Amino acid sequence: MGLLSKKDAALITDPLADNNPITIQVLGICSALAITAQLKASIVMAISVLFVMGVGNVVISAIRNIIPSKIRIIVQLTVVAALVIIVDQVLKAFAYELSKELSVFVGLIITNCIIMGRFEAFALGNGLWRSFLDGIGNALGYGVILIIVGFFRELLGSGTLLGFPVLGDPIAKTGLYSIGYENNGFMLLSPMALIVVGIIIWVQRTRNKALIED
Amino acid sequence: MSNKTDSNVYTVLFAIGMVVVVGALLAFTASSLKERITENKRLEKQQNILYAMGVNENEGNSANFVSTEKAPELFNKYIKKQLVITDGNVEENDKAYLIDVKKEQDKAKSGGERQLPLFVGEKDGKNFYIAPIYGKGLWDAIWAYVAMDENMVVQGAYFDHKGETPGLGANIKERFFMDDFYGEHLLTEAGVFKGINVSKSNADPTNEDKTDHEVDAIAGATITGDGVAAMIKNDLALYVPYFKTLK
Repeated sequence: MGLLSKKDAALITDPLADNNPITIQVLGICSALAITAQLKASIVMAISVLFVMGVGNVVISAIRNIIPSKIRIIVQLTVVAALVIIVDQVLKAFAYELSKELSVFVGLIITNCIIMGRFEAFALGNGLWRSFLDGIGNALGYGVILIIVGFFRELLGSGTLLGFPVLGDPIAKTGLYSIGYENNGFMLLSPMALIVVGIIIWVQRTRNKALIED
Repeated sequence: MSNKTDSNVYTVLFAIGMVVVVGALLAFTASSLKERITENKRLEKQQNILYAMGVNENEGNSANFVSTEKAPELFNKYIKKQLVITDGNVEENDKAYLIDVKKEQDKAKSGGERQLPLFVGEKDGKNFYIAPIYGKGLWDAIWAYVAMDENMVVQGAYFDHKGETPGLGANIKERFFMDDFYGEHLLTEAGVFKGINVSKSNADPTNEDKTDHEVDAIAGATITGDGVAAMIKNDLALYVPYFKTLK
């Protein structure tokens, strides 16, 4: 592996599959339901969380020995909040329309349980490099699920991907629509996101029986 | 080590230090990005105004603005006059679109003179009078740009909101809601201002009747819909005297 030892590489790869924050640890579900109606919003959310997790884990890890234990949760919250405000401001400056679409959800990154969870469980007890890898790994694991859910919801709900019509035109009845296919508006509502996540969990546990809890 | 970080003095000092560092960092970010953000908001206003008068890139059912690159040029091309109406006096002011409607409302509440911006656009030989309005929805502010003709018949509208519920109140910025306003009359036949009600008991869901002063409400978004109706009623009524002078 060169740069990464086997143990370090596992920090990245584990959360992608067998220790996925959403499907295995069941963290960060709220945002996975809220913003995945479109693929674009999913991707931006994934990137924003990647930034906040990566930097946040490093910051917490760097100050882990000087954080007073009495206020450690407050310190963690302050770090996430500061990073989230920076992400929000940068989006407003460089991707204004997108920031309007994400609106409240960027602020909700703060309440994303994955972030606080990794700060508390990992960054407080590990060095900078390993914390960085752990943050990136978990954010990627989160992002992958977000993008899968966003892909199916946008495809089946609106018949588009990243805003481009891929199944034909529902009004002019071209492509798939000419043989009677209809968009399923239900896919755009949050409950269907939960069902899609449920299906992913099902598929994952069918393939790896060790993940099934008694 | 644990003794050191457990002491109360240390905890308080750490908290103070953290607040200073984080505060400085955020203040620095905000002030260095401020210019870009203000510029984005300015372009958005131009896009909104153009959208209301039908200069947009709508496709299918989605509402699309003209691109930010093209907005200033199109704004100069289509918006012929920008007016500021203060207590019946009409003045031209090409910065009128930067007037903050919320601030003007507050000014009026505390007894001051309210400045009413109005944009006169021309497209395909037809005049559009576009008024910005501002009100409150369920959670936060809602606002709109309404384009009208000389008789105060709506020729297009763009609604937006700060934080209405996604999927419910937030749908006021969707085409299916905004497009319903097209052609609706704000004045009765006798010329009295009546506004447009966002109605739950509308017997005309496909909106064929344009003189009933009603559009169909969004299910589950009662308060937001009422807010839309109230903002149309309160703010657009102020423009009636100006429209009377056009006849």
